[in-house]
Amino acid sequence: MQIHDTPTLKAEARNLNFFYGEAKALKGINMPIYDKKVTALIGPSGCGKSTYLRSFNRMHDLYPGNRYEGEIRFFPDNTNLLASDVDPIEVRMRIGMVFQKPNPFPKSIYENVAYGLRVRGENNKRVLDDKVEHALKGAAIWDEVKDRLQEMAPNLSGGQQQRLCIARALATDPELLLFDEPTSALDPIATGAIEELVHELKKRVTILIVTHNMQQAARVSDYTAYMYLGELIEFGKTDEIFIKPQDKRTEDYITGRMG
Amino acid sequence: MSANNPSDLPVVSDRLAHNAMRNVNERIIEALLFAAAAVSVLTTIGIVYVLVSESIHFFQHVSIVDFLTDTQWTPLFDDAHFGIMVLVSGTVVSSLVALLVAVPMGTIIAIYLSEFANAKLREIAKPILELLGGIPTIVFGYFALLMVTPLLQKFLPWLPGFSLLSAGLVMGIMIVPYIASLSEDAMRAVPMSLREGSYAMGATRLYTALHVVVPAAFSGLAASYILAISRAVGETMILAVAAGMQPNLTWNPTEPAATITSYIVQVALGDLPHGSIGYQTIFAAGLTLILITLMFNILGQWLRRRFRENY
Amino acid sequence: MQNNSLTTEQIRALIAKGKLKDTIFKAMGVFCLALALLVIVLLVADMVIKGSERFTVDFFLNFASRRAAQAGILSAWVGSLLVMLVTAFAAVPIGVAAGVYLEEYAKRNWITEIIEINITNLAAVPSIVYGLLALGIFVYQFGFGQSILSAGLTLALLILPIVIVSTREAIRAIPAMIREGSMAVGATRWQTCRYHIIPYAMPGILTGVIIGLARAIGETAPIITIGALTFIAFLPPVPYTTGADGVTAGLFDWVMSPFTVMPIQIFNWTSRPDPAFEVNAAAAGFVLMAMVLSMNAVAIYLRYKMRKNIKW
Repeated sequence: MQIHDTPTLKAEARNLNFFYGEAKALKGINMPIYDKKVTALIGPSGCGKSTYLRSFNRMHDLYPGNRYEGEIRFFPDNTNLLASDVDPIEVRMRIGMVFQKPNPFPKSIYENVAYGLRVRGENNKRVLDDKVEHALKGAAIWDEVKDRLQEMAPNLSGGQQQRLCIARALATDPELLLFDEPTSALDPIATGAIEELVHELKKRVTILIVTHNMQQAARVSDYTAYMYLGELIEFGKTDEIFIKPQDKRTEDYITGRMG
Repeated sequence: MSANNPSDLPVVSDRLAHNAMRNVNERIIEALLFAAAAVSVLTTIGIVYVLVSESIHFFQHVSIVDFLTDTQWTPLFDDAHFGIMVLVSGTVVSSLVALLVAVPMGTIIAIYLSEFANAKLREIAKPILELLGGIPTIVFGYFALLMVTPLLQKFLPWLPGFSLLSAGLVMGIMIVPYIASLSEDAMRAVPMSLREGSYAMGATRLYTALHVVVPAAFSGLAASYILAISRAVGETMILAVAAGMQPNLTWNPTEPAATITSYIVQVALGDLPHGSIGYQTIFAAGLTLILITLMFNILGQWLRRRFRENY
Repeated sequence: MQNNSLTTEQIRALIAKGKLKDTIFKAMGVFCLALALLVIVLLVADMVIKGSERFTVDFFLNFASRRAAQAGILSAWVGSLLVMLVTAFAAVPIGVAAGVYLEEYAKRNWITEIIEINITNLAAVPSIVYGLLALGIFVYQFGFGQSILSAGLTLALLILPIVIVSTREAIRAIPAMIREGSMAVGATRWQTCRYHIIPYAMPGILTGVIIGLARAIGETAPIITIGALTFIAFLPPVPYTTGADGVTAGLFDWVMSPFTVMPIQIFNWTSRPDPAFEVNAAAAGFVLMAMVLSMNAVAIYLRYKMRKNIKW
């Protein structure tokens, strides 16, 4: 371990609890997210990893009866993302998200990528053209779609759709990008392309990724968090978690004795 | 005992006979049920047959060119003219007024109920809309003639007692529930993941509704608008009561005018002998009406195919 | 290219603007719903207030009259009820049978497809066209004349799509295991339908029938088209009674009788210039509304209960 490798903090969960109505889905989570790093969330189904991820951009606010306790601090400005006086829309403008199933809007490829910019009131054609191209290049899909930007996005293949959704999220220069099992609906080749992309993207943006697939976590992430029944069991550098996990439960999960 | 003797196997043969009977019964029942289902097809055939056969008699007296181009509709005068455009103009103007009310109002209600309102409000609002949709059109006609027209006359003192405007406005209100409920169903069928995608980009509810949900549900919205057009074009009693029944070639909604449907009512109220030219005009008018609705239905089918939901 | 990201203040201004639009839209939504409610309330209130002086027993027991104050709706409500009786007797068996056929028997072929497309399209046919159909077929071809039978059958055809669609929806909501369970013990298809499918689907079918009849009882145009009279000062013959002409009526003579119905009576009164008849129109309109809305309310309640009760 090198001494000079002390990453800066991008976000930090502090004693985070979350409730779906009466049911407590997250229990006292404390965890750092490091800047320009990929952090993977792993754990069995129902362990709360998606719930945790969706707390970062306040997606739970869309449905009645959900409640947060504790804080998610966001740096450098040290804002508590969960504070009641912080507007969820403002949070979502800073944090991008890519979903489990590709969800392109029923619009052209171009308009899909321009969506977030238009939401931000950007209507200048030149700026939009520039940013759309940049985002599509960033999502490694530009060469495939540059000649058919006006075609309907839902006509693309699943893998292309997912990269388009990544481009859509990238276009607004988010500070943090949330991936909710982004490859679970894709074939192995498309999955490989997305993983490569994640690796490329961490130069520009902090990434938090939920995955079912431990190999994927090992391949793409710098840090890994293992969650179980709403609790954070273990957090550390990916190499360390996978090579010598501290907790017995992590070890069981990773070695496939449980899952 | 010989196995060849049928009486030796009473149980089996009885059962077989019973089964055969059962089979025959089942067949008869299936045929009856099929006949019931076929009644709807017979209805369509009957409609086409009646309209076309009576119209053929009509067009033996009146040329199709005159029918489509004459600017007067005076079938019962000595100097008879049969310009259907006179009636079509009333139908078009009143329908346009109705759609100008119903489409925005119905769509706003649908978006509001599907994207903004909570479950409780929906539980209250939907029955209200259903009740509104259940009001008989004759009662709406009463409403148009005796309540809406006097109210409009307060703002437009020169408005006549019968007008396409007040009939059209009330027709619009009548159609709102159709658009609202069909459109709402279409929008609620849009998967939540699309909305989440939009919200995650920082979009507001309205922006998401207008830029993601409405385009995704477009074919359903189009279907509801097409149904609304059919309803407006085919609506009869509101017009017969509140729009006056004299034929008037006009594009001005503040004038009274007959429509295709109110003309049919007017003739039916009188006592025209079966087989006379006056009697045949109502079938020619009916044929025109059904062709207009058919045209919009085909347009609707095309729209639906063109903009099939792709989410 | 990355440098034109918005400042926090700009973002907050943007969000405030977006939320304002949300609020304005919400207000518009509430306004439109309130307008719909207002129309119902105004309409009912107006008819109640204007028509209140006619809410007497006489109004229900008098025939139409040239003098507004003595005119009543006896022949109209009796006519409406009798027409509905014919409509229900025709539409319910045919509609339910058609629905059962399409859900339980029909094979996926072009005939079924034609029937289905046809039912969808019939629902969009203007009601007055059914009137023309009935005028040509029932009144003249079949020689039923301008009778209760003609009117009842016309309205039956009109509401047939509603009954068929609700029957199909109700049947579709029954899980396959019920069907399989019945078939497994050796029941035929029809036995399964008769003892399981139709009884379980009954509340849904009933809802559709009530909604259909509520629509039919308010229909005016097709009945005017077949030539129902607007001024009727007698009732259809009661079975096995002897009229003034000394002829004893048969069990079904009433179906061939001339008639009038509530909506036509209202139309007649509404179109008279004498404002005294407005009062009658208001009172009769209220009676019709009460009939239609209470039928609808029963249907809505039934459906609501069904959703609460049924848990397969």
